[in-house]
Amino acid sequence: MNLVAEPKEDMLVIRVQASRIDTAAAIRFKDRMRELVDTPARTVVLDMSEVTFLDSSGLGAVVAVMKLLQPARKLELAALTPVVEKVFRLTRMDTVFTIHAAVPR
Amino acid sequence: MSDAAARLDFPATALAVRAALRTLCDGVLRALTEADRGTAQIVLAEALNNVVEHAYAGGGGRIALQVWIDPGCTRCVIADRGRAMVEGLPPGNAPNPADLPEGGFGWFLIRSLASDLRYSRIGGVNELSFRLPRRV
Repeated sequence: MNLVAEPKEDMLVIRVQASRIDTAAAIRFKDRMRELVDTPARTVVLDMSEVTFLDSSGLGAVVAVMKLLQPARKLELAALTPVVEKVFRLTRMDTVFTIHAAVPR
Repeated sequence: MSDAAARLDFPATALAVRAALRTLCDGVLRALTEADRGTAQIVLAEALNNVVEHAYAGGGGRIALQVWIDPGCTRCVIADRGRAMVEGLPPGNAPNPADLPEGGFGWFLIRSLASDLRYSRIGGVNELSFRLPRRV
């Protein structure tokens, strides 16, 4: 589970370099995110462009990270691929996040 | 088995579930559209991970999975020798997004996407079966 952090102005973009945030990877994802988000940036954007699959454990892990960042920082998502987008949409958890079609420049 | 069916037998771990899904995606599920393949992965991941975490309570065991590609649907049967679902199938009510839930999505996803969901327990074997619609 490789996460690459790239500060951009008032935002921290974190690219997930893994194809799956699933039951096997959820805990590692949360732990790695915890290490990276000690940031002064007010907004953290998760670049999900390489993630082709996310299950309910992965969804829970993303929510856990969002709660970890609160209240000072906001977690947003970008570049959701079809299956990932479907899981967020079916569960209506897409209403809880700002979701960008592409990573903001 | 024919091209239109698969039978897998694997240990009840998250990594083995992942490998089984990959095998199916590279194999029988190629007959499906990408969208239907995605749906199948979602439902199978949830159902199989439930066996790992609840039927076997993370203690290991084996899972037998059969998949048939029928003209109008994809049929799946998951068998395990773990604990029974004594109360039958969970209702899978949708968690409320406003509560920022970190869990409870699994059965909701299964019930949203699969039909003909059935559970039986005979001779110490749990069997969960369901159908997934196919867009042809």
